[in-house]
Amino acid sequence: MTNLSIGNLLRRPEAGAFLGMLAVILFFLVFGGVNFLKPAGIASWLNVAANIGIIAIPVGLLMIAGELDISIGSMIPAGSMIVAILSGHYELPMWISILAVLGFGAIIGTINGLLVVRTAVPSLIVTLGTLFAVAGMVLGLSVLITGTTSVAIKAPALYKAIFGQFIGGTYQVLILWWVAVSVVSVFYVHYTKYGNWIFALGGDRESARNAGIPTTRVTITLFILSACSASFVGMCQAILFNSAQVSAGMSYIFNVIISVVVGGVVLTGGFGSVVGIVFGTITFAVVNQGIYFTGFDRNWSSLIIGVMLLAAVLMNNTFRHMALNYAPKKK
Amino acid sequence: MTTPVLELRSVDKSFGPIDVLHKISLKVRAGEVLCLLGDNGAGKSTLIKTLAGVHKPTRGQILMDGKEVSFDRPRDAQDMGIATVHQFGGTFPLMSIGRSFFVGAEPTKGWGPFKIYDRKKANEIAVKAVQDFGITRVDDGDRLIGGLSGGERQSLAIARAVHFGARVLILDEPTAALGVKQAAHVLRIVKEAQRRGLAVIFITHQVMHAMAVGDHFAVLIRGAVAADFVKGQKSREEITDLMAGGETMADLEAQISSDLATADGHPSPATL
Repeated sequence: MTNLSIGNLLRRPEAGAFLGMLAVILFFLVFGGVNFLKPAGIASWLNVAANIGIIAIPVGLLMIAGELDISIGSMIPAGSMIVAILSGHYELPMWISILAVLGFGAIIGTINGLLVVRTAVPSLIVTLGTLFAVAGMVLGLSVLITGTTSVAIKAPALYKAIFGQFIGGTYQVLILWWVAVSVVSVFYVHYTKYGNWIFALGGDRESARNAGIPTTRVTITLFILSACSASFVGMCQAILFNSAQVSAGMSYIFNVIISVVVGGVVLTGGFGSVVGIVFGTITFAVVNQGIYFTGFDRNWSSLIIGVMLLAAVLMNNTFRHMALNYAPKKK
Repeated sequence: MTTPVLELRSVDKSFGPIDVLHKISLKVRAGEVLCLLGDNGAGKSTLIKTLAGVHKPTRGQILMDGKEVSFDRPRDAQDMGIATVHQFGGTFPLMSIGRSFFVGAEPTKGWGPFKIYDRKKANEIAVKAVQDFGITRVDDGDRLIGGLSGGERQSLAIARAVHFGARVLILDEPTAALGVKQAAHVLRIVKEAQRRGLAVIFITHQVMHAMAVGDHFAVLIRGAVAADFVKGQKSREEITDLMAGGETMADLEAQISSDLATADGHPSPATL
């Protein structure tokens, strides 16, 4: 049995995402020229991809497990504002802010997870609620504490080097974090039993519980991971740009979901891969940024993204169908 | 006579004021197939859920090997060796055979945080377990469950239960959604499980399927055991009539033919 035949590669969840990525890179190479793949060009989309990608992986895992988390849209500004208010406004040490940012992510993630597990309310609605609740809380508290919706922060050099600076003047250090998150996730999702649990959860929650999987714990852990990833990205953005805004982050909800779906994750759960999500994120970022390298009006990019999303979903359906109907040939 | 592996002694189950099960007493021994027959709403599902630990009986006893047991949750029943296989196999369509076989009990290799899921071993064991049950078409553990036929899925689920040490196998309408060939397939698997000494509780409303494999039959009507008999004591027609609650097949035929004669095949307004 050969594992490297074309057929086997095409049946993997990331097959569509990989072909899609190649297609958009080729498209923008043709219409945008080689600048697009020169270091500065690569940085433009890689930076966008890293910011989305760190959040897209845990959100994608949640989607594989059959849940959705849109509260990330307000967790990003929450992360930014917590670090800016604690270390910028109050001038507390950075490590306290970092703990607070991740702690807040853990709290909101736990609330999301508990509400989804304990009630029969769909996670879309639960996280829609926390999305607005957190956004309101961040806005209210920021104005109450600092009197403004935009707070400056000047992080010490060490923390800037770790969380928010441009390597070589163009590449955000967040790219390295993204690579690390991807590698760790690939290992845990595809090579350990925990990954198996996530897929089982998305396949059939009841059977998964009967098989002895701690479904409640897995679900809450995934919600905590997605909330923490969003507040972490928010924190890094504040450190990078030396300031935090209350309103940044809502566009991430759609961008992340598009990246995950283009990456081959099935909305109903049970199918997908981390590598696919990475490909999907790159694809989205390339389309999002590539338009600047072409002669096209910027306004057309949403059209391209929309068509791409639909094409991706259709293509993923085809590939999934192939995977399902696969049977080894009679020997 | 050997002690029954699983026995119910006048088990009642009510949800609030509604009595769903009434004085159910049943026994199943190792290497025996007990067929539970009943029309929709007769209380079959509630009975299965009580056996599987989802519900606790309101009154009455559940005994295993002659000792009284009590299940607080499905896991307790599983730990005692009671495995339930549901109509659609209770498996994960988009997972591979090997992975779904070992869900919740994944074989691993390695050390500490680097323990990895042992795909090769999982696939080998899963494929062998299924093939031992005579399903030779399944030979690649990487195939997705969704690509298997309904009968193969059922067989896989039964093989899985046996592999993980089930002593009592509860099959919830395993043949209901299957074609004739696939159903025959599953019935063979049921026989195989019986041959291996499992106690099998086979729930169905298809009398033919029950008669093909059953040693012992119980008919449920409105939550009570209406008849309890062993193989060969009753004919197919008698069982069908019992399940319909005393209304005989002949009555039903007469009703249908009178409808046909009077109202172009639609039920006559008077009976609606």
